[in-house]
Amino acid sequence: MTGWRPRSALPGFGLSLGVTLLWLSAIVLLPLAALALRPWELGVASAWESVTQPRVLAALRLSFGAALAAAALDVPLGLLIAWVLVRYRFPGRRLADAMVDLPFALPTAVAGVALTALYAPNGWVGEPLGASLGWRIAFTPWGVLIALVFVGLPFVVRTVEPVLRDLPAEAEEAAATLGATRAQALRRVVLPALAPALLTGFGLAFARAVGEYGSVIFIAGNLPMLTEIAPLLIVIRLEEFDYAGAAAVGLAMLVLAFGVLLAVNAAQRRLRPWARA
Amino acid sequence: MTAGLGVDVAGLTRRFGAGRPALHGVDLAVRQGEFVALLGPSGSGKTTLLRILAGLEFPDAGRVRVGGRDMAGVPARARGVGFVFQHYALFRHMTVFENVAFGLRVRPRARRPAEAEIARRVRDLLALVQVPELERRYPEQISGGQRQRVALARALAIEPPLLLLDEPFGALDAQVRKDLRLWLRGLHDRLGITTLFVTHDQDEAMAIADRIALLRDGRVVQFDAPEALFEHPADAFVAGFLGDSNRLPCVVAGGLACFAPLPLPGMATSLPDGPALAFVRPGALLAAPGEGAVVQGVRHDGRALHLVVAAGGRMLEAAPAPGWDAPRRGDACALSIAEARFFAAQQ
Repeated sequence: MTGWRPRSALPGFGLSLGVTLLWLSAIVLLPLAALALRPWELGVASAWESVTQPRVLAALRLSFGAALAAAALDVPLGLLIAWVLVRYRFPGRRLADAMVDLPFALPTAVAGVALTALYAPNGWVGEPLGASLGWRIAFTPWGVLIALVFVGLPFVVRTVEPVLRDLPAEAEEAAATLGATRAQALRRVVLPALAPALLTGFGLAFARAVGEYGSVIFIAGNLPMLTEIAPLLIVIRLEEFDYAGAAAVGLAMLVLAFGVLLAVNAAQRRLRPWARA
Repeated sequence: MTAGLGVDVAGLTRRFGAGRPALHGVDLAVRQGEFVALLGPSGSGKTTLLRILAGLEFPDAGRVRVGGRDMAGVPARARGVGFVFQHYALFRHMTVFENVAFGLRVRPRARRPAEAEIARRVRDLLALVQVPELERRYPEQISGGQRQRVALARALAIEPPLLLLDEPFGALDAQVRKDLRLWLRGLHDRLGITTLFVTHDQDEAMAIADRIALLRDGRVVQFDAPEALFEHPADAFVAGFLGDSNRLPCVVAGGLACFAPLPLPGMATSLPDGPALAFVRPGALLAAPGEGAVVQGVRHDGRALHLVVAAGGRMLEAAPAPGWDAPRRGDACALSIAEARFFAAQQ
């Protein structure tokens, strides 16, 4: 047999690739294509103008900046939680384990309302913070960050947990017999082994946070130029029947998010040199 | 390279949860530069003993001395003991070079060699274990035998006075295993590092160890040179574990062992009356044309004929008596015992 396809003993290549492409087209590519085509109804110049308005740029900056920061905060937090859940046995461990998934299950609006109630200037957490330190969380970009950290956390925990569980204790023991301190074993042996999973968790938490809507709009306060996120701007334009304008912002988000995820994937390959062909 | 240090273990006990302890009062004195096998069936405690020596496991009672120094309060990283894990435990995200360099790189700055010195020593070690061409590869890209050598080089990088190997050849196929064990023995003879290795393969232990510590149920049953274990087994367990002896139950009465229902003549023994076990090597159980047993299989290994005979409902390994040149499958034969070792039956 000649052709670009190497012979393989694994069956079903043609069939599974065909089905995959069909699904991918119907579920992902088609809507994305519609999204990508819509803004050009305005013409290139006005589509560009529509996404470069200061208000849109501010919203994009907040959405992506807060999502990246939240994902970056989720990585150490999620690693810590996964570490505790995997390495130690303590009463209530199963309960804590189940609680990790709650942000997945909760309607995000509920999370938003709850967070707002906590961090509002008269809330349980917001009031002491405001009174003692003069900090305001709700209705500022910090509120956005907190909501995004909350929704992204389970992604890091759940991607790191299985890898950590499969990490053989022997590697750490080997490091110890070779003279490494705990800190050296962690930094040189454990963390590099977990890095690909941490990065995947980062990518997922980021992707979720960029698109997050429900939990953020309550705590953000939605002040244009200050605490207005890009998804909200899209909804606002839709309500004004400016469909092409909404699609233009959507397309901008799509391109930016795709860029970040591509970068994450590229970094992923660098972190797994042993798997490189 | 460093010379070895002696190891002295006394009264070592380790218990995991309830039930039988993994180690139960183990005493062992290994001489400087010795090559010792810890041999025993699985669950006999040999790996636990090795891990306690490395500081990866802690005894409930007893003491460990390496080179006369008490190891009780010394953590694994400060012991400077080389340890090769059964599945090698190489760092998969590091190249072979970095794996071997690890022990040098984690040293405190004052004792850490310069980069050029590290590179020189890593290359020397890779040459010593005969895989210099692999330094840029990752562990997943090399074979099992090569990983074993790299794991050994990594352990040797810290110049350990004591080298511990857990089932070093367990995961390799038969030919590689035989080559590697002779090579390891040769390496030991050059470096002189005191070496203990765990194995459940008596051939392996017999082939390369200076002395063998035979463990059972968390105790050292016998600690002796291979010939001595073979010639003077301490009890029925040792005799049964070493070599491929036929294990024949018998009853001793008045200084005569009787093998009924096996068709074997009685033998004189010094054991007191009661049930006993006789161990008879295949070469000492002789078959000659006659009645009582039937030849079930004939095998020629290039030097001698080996027979499997059916007698009294059992299969026994035997050899043809001198003069019987062509035994064949299905031939009837009579059995006699040239030499046997008797032990009173336990319980």
